[in-house]
Amino acid sequence: MHNKAIQIEGLKKSYKKLHVLKGVDFEVEKGSIFALLGSNGAGKTTIVKILTTLLKHDIGNVTVNGFDVTSNPGAVRQSISLTGQFAAVDEVLTGRENLIMIARLRHLSNPRQIADDLLKRFSLSDAADRKASTYSGGMCRRLDIAMSLVGKPQLIFLDEPTVGLDPEGRIEVWKIVKELADSGTTVFLTTQYLEEAEQLADRIAILDKGRIIVSGTLTELKKLFPPAKVEYIEKQPTLEEIFLAFVGTTEDK
Amino acid sequence: METIKNYFFSDMVVMLGRSMRHILRSMDTILTVTITPITMMLLFVYVFGGAIQTGTINYVNYLLPGILLIAIASGISYTAYRLFLDLQRGILERFHSMPIARSSVLWGHVLTSLVSNTISVIVIILVALIMGFHSPAGVLSWLAVAGILALFTLALTWIALIAGLSAKSVDGVSAFSYPLIFLPFISSAFVPTNSMRPVVRAFAENQPVTSIVETIRALLSNQPVGNQIWVALAWCVGIMVVAYIFAMRVYNKRV
Repeated sequence: MHNKAIQIEGLKKSYKKLHVLKGVDFEVEKGSIFALLGSNGAGKTTIVKILTTLLKHDIGNVTVNGFDVTSNPGAVRQSISLTGQFAAVDEVLTGRENLIMIARLRHLSNPRQIADDLLKRFSLSDAADRKASTYSGGMCRRLDIAMSLVGKPQLIFLDEPTVGLDPEGRIEVWKIVKELADSGTTVFLTTQYLEEAEQLADRIAILDKGRIIVSGTLTELKKLFPPAKVEYIEKQPTLEEIFLAFVGTTEDK
Repeated sequence: METIKNYFFSDMVVMLGRSMRHILRSMDTILTVTITPITMMLLFVYVFGGAIQTGTINYVNYLLPGILLIAIASGISYTAYRLFLDLQRGILERFHSMPIARSSVLWGHVLTSLVSNTISVIVIILVALIMGFHSPAGVLSWLAVAGILALFTLALTWIALIAGLSAKSVDGVSAFSYPLIFLPFISSAFVPTNSMRPVVRAFAENQPVTSIVETIRALLSNQPVGNQIWVALAWCVGIMVVAYIFAMRVYNKRV
């Protein structure tokens, strides 16, 4: 019970006549990275919204960090953080002001110190006093994730965190996610990029037409397929490899 | 739940601080809000004013209350716009997934609307003073005027929040305020109603703007306000309560 960050049993949700979730079950272990895979419209965001108390579900038991989302939404909100599909930063405010605002709303003492630490950790110190509207897509995402880390929530939801990012930005986000998991934070990730799930996740669940059709570790999922055959093919570099080789994956950006 | 309730005021202060920064960093919104009413005031006083018979010597004095209402009606459309952007950009979802008092988000917008409209009302009164506006009214009358304008702002702000919450596009957000801006034209704000055609006159004399305008005008010129002040207050409070209930209903449905 206590080593589960998320427990979902028989979750159903409909919008009027449209059945989006038709009985979803899964569990997420504390401290792991869990990836929910699915194509557009599969219901990924609906699940995230239910787990983050933004949406009420119809039927089923949903527990987050041991708290029921329906009867104890306040406690759930206290223990989670959401990074939605669109970078939810206030573009008129500076990076620093954004972080201070969130720290104040989480009623933490010393918001300035918290903001400074996160700005440094996400290499945003130089841009700290610029309006977020002047940030690049990657910087915006970094600020967005930094805002989610204010107050060190136990569980972080990342809803398609790399959509719209260039390859460098995407690798940066991956690095952050791995660091988060190393520090003991549970990460719930949704994505439509298979590679992303493969790179990051401890466990993967595939959502299709409102149901989880497969779930398990990557090794377990691979076992579902017939054993690998040895074939000889000419290996061409992918465009991504070419791009990164020329641009260089600069760490100190 | 109770620990969350206790934070209502501190959360609201954070929200107020946030949207006040929005206003101060886009001074053009204050300019757009004040410049149209000021231009109208110049136009009516120096161009049309000579031909308008109001029975008063100083047309600026006659005109000012209506101009202030127009300024507020166009000011609140920015409140709707800011709320709409919050919804669109996902920042509202971030706030709602946090342990804060949810209604503080709306109240932050309401207070900001009150502050920004106060600024534009003061700017317009200053311009009116330069144009020859003068008032024998004492402190109490001015306070009463401030109170009525504040109530009017609150009433319209809650309407604006409904628009901001339910609009599908940016154009839709601002469209709702046009009728509100034009309402003062079909009232006693610019010309006495007895010069109007019977049907128009009946509408003009019974719509909220007329009673509000007449009350403010009476207060500013030290005339007895009579029953008009109660009609004006009833309109403001009535609109505010109905709009508040609707806005809250839409808000709770959205979240």
